[in-house]
Amino acid sequence: MKSPNPFWLASAPPTDKKINVERAFRAGWGGVVWKTLGENPPVVNVSSRYGAVGWNGQKMMGFNNIELISDRTLEVNLAEIKEVKRNWPDRAMIISLMVPCQEENWKNILKKIEDTGADGIELNLGCPHGMSERGMGAAVGQVPEYVEQVTRWCKAYTRMPVFVKLTPNITDIRMPARAAKRGGADAISLINTINSIVGLDLERMSPVPHVGGRGTHGGYCGPAVKPIALNMVAEIGRDSETRGIPISGIGGISNWRDAAEFMALGSQNVQVCTAAMHYGFKIIEDLTSGLSNWMDSQDYRCLQDLIGKALPNVVHWNELDLNYKSIAKIDQSQCIHCGLCYVACEDTSHQAIEKKSALSGLSQSFHSNYEVKNDDCVGCNLCALICPADCIEIVPQETGKDYLPWTRHPQNLLRT
Amino acid sequence: MKEPLFCELKAPLDARSAKVESSRCYYCYDAPCIQACPTQIDIPSFIRKISNDNLLGAAQDILRANVMGGTCARVCPVEVLCQSACVREIGEDKSVEIGRLQRFATDQFFESAQPQMEKIFQRAPANGKKVAVVGAGPAGLSAAHGLAVLGYEVTVYEARAKAGGLNEYGLAPYKVTSEDIQREVNWILGVGGIELRLNSALGIDFTLDHLRTSYDAVFLGLGLHAFRSLGIPGEDRDGVYDAARFIERIRQAPRVADLPVGRTVVVIGGGSTAIDIAIEMKQLGAESVTIVYRSSEEKMSATSHERELARNQGVVIRSHARPTQIFGKPNGSHSVEFERTDRCTGERFELPAEQVFKAIGQTLETRQWWGQTQLHLTASGRIAVNEEFETSVPGVFAGGDCIAPGDDLTVSAVQQGKLVAQAIHAQLNPMEKGEVKDGRSHLSDRRSEISQSFLAGFSTSNG
Ligand SMILES: Cc1cc2nc3c(=O)[nH]c(=O)nc-3n(C[C@H](O)[C@H](O)[C@H](O)COP(=O)(O)O)c2cc1C
Repeated sequence: MKSPNPFWLASAPPTDKKINVERAFRAGWGGVVWKTLGENPPVVNVSSRYGAVGWNGQKMMGFNNIELISDRTLEVNLAEIKEVKRNWPDRAMIISLMVPCQEENWKNILKKIEDTGADGIELNLGCPHGMSERGMGAAVGQVPEYVEQVTRWCKAYTRMPVFVKLTPNITDIRMPARAAKRGGADAISLINTINSIVGLDLERMSPVPHVGGRGTHGGYCGPAVKPIALNMVAEIGRDSETRGIPISGIGGISNWRDAAEFMALGSQNVQVCTAAMHYGFKIIEDLTSGLSNWMDSQDYRCLQDLIGKALPNVVHWNELDLNYKSIAKIDQSQCIHCGLCYVACEDTSHQAIEKKSALSGLSQSFHSNYEVKNDDCVGCNLCALICPADCIEIVPQETGKDYLPWTRHPQNLLRT
Repeated sequence: MKEPLFCELKAPLDARSAKVESSRCYYCYDAPCIQACPTQIDIPSFIRKISNDNLLGAAQDILRANVMGGTCARVCPVEVLCQSACVREIGEDKSVEIGRLQRFATDQFFESAQPQMEKIFQRAPANGKKVAVVGAGPAGLSAAHGLAVLGYEVTVYEARAKAGGLNEYGLAPYKVTSEDIQREVNWILGVGGIELRLNSALGIDFTLDHLRTSYDAVFLGLGLHAFRSLGIPGEDRDGVYDAARFIERIRQAPRVADLPVGRTVVVIGGGSTAIDIAIEMKQLGAESVTIVYRSSEEKMSATSHERELARNQGVVIRSHARPTQIFGKPNGSHSVEFERTDRCTGERFELPAEQVFKAIGQTLETRQWWGQTQLHLTASGRIAVNEEFETSVPGVFAGGDCIAPGDDLTVSAVQQGKLVAQAIHAQLNPMEKGEVKDGRSHLSDRRSEISQSFLAGFSTSNG
């Protein structure tokens, strides 16, 4: 499967009709996964659909929705898909599908989409609200046997490549990923959205978004979910059974750096939803130019050089070197004297920062100085993470000691 | 209603901008801004409350530390106080806008449909003791309020027709309006236990001797009401004004348009009063306004921020020149002759002026207002007090501009009034420690001394 760049729009409102998708292609997106199609009659959506978590003045750190799949008829969608694909032959066009979990239903819908000219299908086994209560979406994706079965049916009834989109609402992502692989999936897409109540309206005593004073859990996405998605992508990339299966990474990707991280953990390409819904399609410019400029600066000649590059460094905790030591170092020339490193370390960590009051004597300064007590610092990073001036560096220390994992540590009674 | 002739130079924040600005605060530990605030408002705490929609909590933090937090938010030279210490100033040359956030929080509180005053202060049961406060300016009102909260019966004597002191009569109208001030006066009196006697002047309507015998303690928050003179020929001509007196006229005029406004204006001096009168005259329609200061611009007690404000209004600032003579011209206007102080040649120049304003500072009025009671004054002519703000006469305390060293800031006067209330309480109740309702003891607060010394460090006398 080819697309001019690795950035696709995920199956969601940005891809739910011709007008959006053509705007996206004009802006430069490499491909789309069309908004999930279901059987006729189409679903009905509620009014008031989205909620969000902002943080400290920033909007949309986390985003949630209680929308269902496409609420237009299958025929309208298929006609538009066909037309768009004809107009934009070089872009990847994937159709997302969700029907009841029976062989006939999948067989029928696959027949109908065959002549759209689309490049592949994505099985939406992940939508966590509305559809799952009807036995579809996450209700399928949470049972590995169903995942395998549905994938197998689709492989049997279409020549098109099959992407299986997984739900993160599960204890161990490797189980459905292995099932998809067994079923013959050509690729895995993840993550879909996470079960969430993004907040309560305390006046109405209702979850938000509220529909006439009542709400329901929705699907969470946006920058807040990226860490969860990255972990799941890495799990699949490291698992002996699923290693090597193409992954389309999704979850909170907002800029080229996010994309590079997904790729370094084994994603072949990435899909974006929230960032496009927040800023519009134009962000593709920064995604493509940022990734390509960074790759040039690092001498990565093609995406394949980058994909999976970080995987060998993602290891089990037991393999970490217990003799590695690092300690915090404050660059006094950049310090703005806010004292946050001090109070964090003093109240909640290792009391390893000393406050040197500037108020002694006749000094007119209100600004204290802060110094790391090297002997007490365990290199936890908290101070550096907090520092608003980014002036704390965690510096590796030369210990002269050999690599020592927990499996061999003297305090481990079960050591080998 | 008086038409708002003066445009506010620092616009208030709306709810959204307040929220955005509040998110810039790092919530520093042992925050430098608190230490730089003469009243030690817990600035990071009130800002965090704004960003978390706890506006009542923000108002509590501010007003408990500074009962005139609303006015101070508007008139404090924040660029040399709290905002100068903000760590964002070090990091990116742009402090959090503490003053505007404080104004937002206090305005929200006072402008709410029913301000929950009792959530900020509750008066202790009356303790049967009486204190007289002379002067209803920032120091007097702050002391009266602090004492009333502790259960004292307080009588405030004010010579003028309105309470507020310099807040009412002296602050620049482009910073704060009379309505703002009277709203604040009412809030302070609203705590209960304070009787305000207007038009009652010390030495005319009553004497200090009388107060000493009728009250358990006396507080003098007199302010400074005598004007320095230049001591040069022509100073007493018509059209030569004391700036502070003219500002008072501006503030109290029923119709500002009736005031005399010269086309060319010369202001002599280098403090906030010089800046204020210059900007006011410019806003009233003067074509050219020139401030002339005897030494270098950096030596002016007006801050660089204030000087910039004046320049933005079209005011010209000239340094290194001292006035030697004011001439009259046949057309009724004047010419001020200056001698340059940066050359020893005695070089002189003249500036034409239809109006000349002297903003060279005020001094304590030394009429024989204290009857038999003799108070010690300092070399600079202000009332001498000890660390507890007690004068040379036991039971008589003083604070605000009338004591030394004095930095002539509203916020310092408020703080002194607050400390005086503690000191009087401690003296009249030797067994108890002076604690206000919010549980913080200010007398024992090391930081208060520090900010005092800080203020002493940057302020110089006017002129
Ligand atoms: C409003 C909305 C509707 C969505 N609808 C679908 C859908 O129909 N089918 C699907 O597979 N995923 C759907 N998703 C999930 C997204 O495709 C994507 O997996 C998720 O939002 C995570 O990516 P992001 O963090 O970039 O938004 C939807 C997401 C949103 C926000």
